[in-house]
Amino acid sequence: MAAERFTITVSGHGAGTGYAHERLLVALERAQGFGHLRDLPRRLPVGCRRGGCGVCRIRVEGGEYRSDPMSRAHISAEEEASGVVLACCIYPLSDLSLRLEPPVTVKANGRVAAL
Amino acid sequence: MAISGVLRPGFIQIRVLDMPAAVEHYTKRVGLHQVTEGPDGRVYLKAADEFDHHSIVLRRADHAGVDMMAFKCLEDADLDRFEKRIADYGYAVDHVKAGDQPGLGRRIGFTIASGHRIELFAQSEQSDPMPRVHNPDVWEHEPHGMAARRFDHALLYGPDIERNLDFFTKVLDFKCAERVDMPDGLLAIWLTCGMKAHDLAFVKHPEPNKLHHVSFDLENWGAVGHAADIITRYDISIDIGPTRHGITRGQTIYFFDPSGNRDEVFAGGYTYYPDLPTRTWDETQIGKGIFYYERQLNDAFLSVVT
Ligand code: FES
Ligand SMILES: [Fe+2]
Repeated sequence: MAAERFTITVSGHGAGTGYAHERLLVALERAQGFGHLRDLPRRLPVGCRRGGCGVCRIRVEGGEYRSDPMSRAHISAEEEASGVVLACCIYPLSDLSLRLEPPVTVKANGRVAAL
Repeated sequence: MAISGVLRPGFIQIRVLDMPAAVEHYTKRVGLHQVTEGPDGRVYLKAADEFDHHSIVLRRADHAGVDMMAFKCLEDADLDRFEKRIADYGYAVDHVKAGDQPGLGRRIGFTIASGHRIELFAQSEQSDPMPRVHNPDVWEHEPHGMAARRFDHALLYGPDIERNLDFFTKVLDFKCAERVDMPDGLLAIWLTCGMKAHDLAFVKHPEPNKLHHVSFDLENWGAVGHAADIITRYDISIDIGPTRHGITRGQTIYFFDPSGNRDEVFAGGYTYYPDLPTRTWDETQIGKGIFYYERQLNDAFLSVVT
């Protein structure tokens, strides 16, 4: 059976392909490598690709996905529930659309500070 | 005994999001061995070429990063001597009882200007696997994975590293082997307590108490190449390398553990003696200092930490 393949759209900047078994950030890196993402407000933020450093925050605007654990120092439980996630910790289950979010630090008191 | 007082990095305790994934990474891929798991769930690891009980401690948490780094001292009385000097410097010193970590004696702990917790200890039981001492082979257990030989050093990020430099050199008798000075001030320091080019390094960073990487010693450049093959074969997240540092001259790969903590495998590096001058780098050559072949920093070097 062919791997499940989906269209990943970065709102206003283009689209690439993603796979159900593949971290979304890796799909975005590939899309950037093929020149499919245009005029991003800043360079695609790629760090640890494993949910620890928090640089790859995005907001999912539509579509289904599943998630790995991600650092609570960078994504609060409320944010995760509302679709603000680390791109390296989610895997698409359908076509997805998203936009990049600036990285932040979630303080112990729940306040959020720019990284 | 020419080297006394603080001898070397003893252990580092890091936070992981997924314990089974972390244990698999550090044992099967990096090539460490699990010594034991504590009653509170912390997992204790070592390299087969180390005698001491453990050198890496994993603690499950909801965010990645470093809890503390501990240095081994030559004798128990060193702990009392350093406690007085640290307290006189103005840092509060606390005490951790023997047995808090299996196999380890008492420790003293304190927080430095960059926000990191540093500890000192002098007593450690030995644990298997370890080298034989009579008619030893080059290894007892055939090396596996990346064949890490020891926990070598860490690079930590935080503010006020000028004060860290002052503290480590004046109070703990470290030497500064290399430093980077930018037009707006000190950016980074490489500190040694023995004869390696570094045992601990700091880079200036606005947020306190951050981890840049934990480094493991490999035998040579061939072993670094083999580590690179493992990184690709097992789809381990890569940062940069294989390459070389101009600073320390170490041959290196930066990669990430399954919780996003950066690891390094490191071979070589020059021999340091306490009478050697501090090597200095400026803004124009910092790229070569960090990544000798690329000759420029990558995006992640100054911004990606846990
Ligand atoms: S790249 Fe580090 S959290 Fe996603
Ligand atoms: Fe290093």
